[in-house]
Amino acid sequence: MLLQDAPPDTSAYMVAGYAVFFVISAIYLASLLVRRHNLEQDFKTLESIEAEANRAPTRIASAETSRGRVSGSKKAAAQRKQARKKVTRRK
Amino acid sequence: MQGKPVTLKALDVVSLLLLAAATYLALVFAPTEAVMGQVQRVFYFHIGTAWTALLGFIAAGITGGLYLATRHQKWDIVEVAAVEISLVFFLITIVLGSIWARPIWNTWWTWDPRLTTAAVTELIYIAYFMLRQGLEDPGRRARFGAVYALVGAISAPITFFAIRLFRTIHPVVIGSGDPGAEGTFSMVPDMKLAFFFALITFTVIFVDLLWNRILMGRLAARVEQLKLSLIR
Repeated sequence: MLLQDAPPDTSAYMVAGYAVFFVISAIYLASLLVRRHNLEQDFKTLESIEAEANRAPTRIASAETSRGRVSGSKKAAAQRKQARKKVTRRK
Repeated sequence: MQGKPVTLKALDVVSLLLLAAATYLALVFAPTEAVMGQVQRVFYFHIGTAWTALLGFIAAGITGGLYLATRHQKWDIVEVAAVEISLVFFLITIVLGSIWARPIWNTWWTWDPRLTTAAVTELIYIAYFMLRQGLEDPGRRARFGAVYALVGAISAPITFFAIRLFRTIHPVVIGSGDPGAEGTFSMVPDMKLAFFFALITFTVIFVDLLWNRILMGRLAARVEQLKLSLIR
């Protein structure tokens, strides 16, 4: 027993190993959370833009019908174009 | 937009508790190895992450095959999720192995068959994401990704069996390995407990992360569809 060597002190490597594990895991978890948050924001924005784009032609058509005009398609197309531009800019 | 299911929230908590317990078993409960000293404790998480990463790469290959057979987008989402998580776990495996090797082999890295196949596997799956990034069309991206994941999955068993098939200095703890391996040790019952507990823990963590990542993938797919429908 007395002749047996004590194990070498390799505790610094062990600490480094576990530190690396927890740091990489934390970075990955944070990236998951940030990406999910961004996707949720994008989803909400896109939904509101889509709803706006769908509402626009109906609103214009009803306004023009009440004014006695028939062709409101140019304005509706312009509004749809504007909504599309918004999406492209966000992209 | 749906929130997180209650079962997934419970699994998140269970995963965290298991990780805390596995850390305790590895750092405190398991006895110190007589020859290597404290650094041997890295082994529990090294094997745990390697096991789940290789399992994930194989799962990605299977889901790639399922996508090619059915063309259902769900398989593409599962495949991407499995590859991403496995890539992170395998990076941890390689870094932990390198840290262990420094005091035991007296080097951070050597071009041993196991280390080489592991590095090649990691690079294969980094290239998988580069390939996907380069493809705009979602259908084409899913198809190419599926073929790549299917072929890439071959690297997982090659990496796993590298230490059993070739002459190597990498130790084989379970089963018989090369007699020239450096750093081999036999596990006492307390070490075995910490080892198998870590394996179960990392499998549960993998399932939990996969589920979370699949939900995120579904959301990303819906966002992409909305963008495309608004642009058209």
